Amino acid sequence: MAKRESSPKDSGARNNQAPELASSEAPSELLRELVAHLRQNRTQLREEWVGRISETRLLTAMTKEEIFAEATSVYDSYVEALETETFEALQAYARNLSERIIPRGVETHEVVGIVLLLRDVLARSLFAKYQTDFKKLNRILDAYEPAANRIANTVAVGFVQERERVIRQQQEAIRELSTPVLQVRERLLILPIIGVIDPQRARQLTEQLLRGIRTNRAKVVVIDITGVAAMDVTVANHLVQTVEASRLLGATVIVTGLSPEIAQTLVTIGVDLGKMNTVGDLQGGIEQAERLLGYKVMAVAEAR
Amino acid sequence: MEVPILKQGEFLIAMFQAALSDADLENLRRGLLQQVVRFRSRGVIVDVTAMDVMDSFASRTLREIAHMIRLRGAETVIVGIQPEVAFAMVQLGLTLEGVSTALDLEEGLAYLIEKSKIAD
Amino acid sequence: MSAAEIRVPIESDQDIVSARQAGRTLAIEFGLSGVDATFIATAISELARNILAYARKGEIMLRAIHGSGRRGILVVASDRGPGIRDIQQALRDGFSTSGSLGLGLPGVRRLMDEFEIESRPGRGTTVSVKKWKQ
Repeated sequence: MAKRESSPKDSGARNNQAPELASSEAPSELLRELVAHLRQNRTQLREEWVGRISETRLLTAMTKEEIFAEATSVYDSYVEALETETFEALQAYARNLSERIIPRGVETHEVVGIVLLLRDVLARSLFAKYQTDFKKLNRILDAYEPAANRIANTVAVGFVQERERVIRQQQEAIRELSTPVLQVRERLLILPIIGVIDPQRARQLTEQLLRGIRTNRAKVVVIDITGVAAMDVTVANHLVQTVEASRLLGATVIVTGLSPEIAQTLVTIGVDLGKMNTVGDLQGGIEQAERLLGYKVMAVAEAR
Repeated sequence: MEVPILKQGEFLIAMFQAALSDADLENLRRGLLQQVVRFRSRGVIVDVTAMDVMDSFASRTLREIAHMIRLRGAETVIVGIQPEVAFAMVQLGLTLEGVSTALDLEEGLAYLIEKSKIAD
Repeated sequence: MSAAEIRVPIESDQDIVSARQAGRTLAIEFGLSGVDATFIATAISELARNILAYARKGEIMLRAIHGSGRRGILVVASDRGPGIRDIQQALRDGFSTSGSLGLGLPGVRRLMDEFEIESRPGRGTTVSVKKWKQ
């Protein structure tokens, strides 16, 4: 067990001990000393930090009051992470903070910037405090630096992940808007597909269509792929699955606008085109759909 | 688990619940057939609206039910498959091929009525 | 972040239902969509079914996980059964709509986003699958 030079409580009253005795402090001791220092000088250091933030013109999207409020929370979380040497609370806070400031337009370089500024402000204060004891300063920095770097990392990564989540959400919304399932007649849905379909979009189309069949009580669906240039095997399988799933909901699917290339792809994956309802173009498909719907009505009348 | 089987004229309606175990499904299969024979039903609607998962066993059971009921000269229609359940089923390759399906009870009845009219 | 693990022993057909309901509940609670939850529950049902059919008993383990900023669910189906002799064969089957024979592993793979399997004859089988929030 290493000999202790001083307890955290009397860090203010430093004795002039010989350097050899000082070398026996454990890292956790140093961290505790450090945390106490950061807590004692909280007001001053935080002010200094906020000053540096406005100097470097970061967080321009936020008001002074907001910056001050967030700075307080960040400072306290920072010190707490240093003290507990655990980062879960910090991670949670970082995600929370990101959720709040991303809609305000705060960018990644700003978040990374302010955390690094805090790191620097705190490091400078350590230089100032231990300038007379170079060996001690080195040991304190040995304890401080890895923790400070990990904190910066945690906050930055938390922010970036939240941003990515928001971007994914937005992309999803765009995709939803750009793939309408149209109801043109009663019990008839049309799904015109245009452009490039990747597996994710294909999956989303299927979901939307199936929900649409249920909501609109559709009996016939016309999927028009005139606007689709090519389809890889995965997406072609998706099309087949969509046809099969629609049938499970009691709806018949007519595929229109099948190009020779896509027809070939379907055959390659083992689809029996004879069993699939296909019509040359959208107009023809709608006509056949109406016949299917009309035919049902006629049959009951005839049977009477 | 008790599954209600209702009589609607010449047809039977079986409302499958959620969380049916394999044993429950087996009992259902037997029970349904008994009722078809007893009431000389012309058609059966199996309503699976409440089933939140349809796996390979459930799918096979439904096909067997339809097959056995057809041997009795009656028609089966499965109704109420939820969109996400349908999606999951086709990913597993379960298409209920050879079994009639309709959107819901109303559609299922319309289908059976039409089928029996054509048969007459 | 430590996450709770849910372990469901699989020894009867009733356990299949318990396992898939636990999977659905965990997925919904963790913020995944209804479609995701249904896919997960269906995959669990098939995996649990395999355990019963080929090993007579085993376990389904469920855990909420994080990865690349996304949430997901991990499902591990394990047993000490006879194992699979030819994994490649079991994974083949392509996209044909059979689904009635065999282990249904290609189907489970299609339902989930990540799929890993370890099996040795006489040593048992472990299938790990993950589904990420879309």
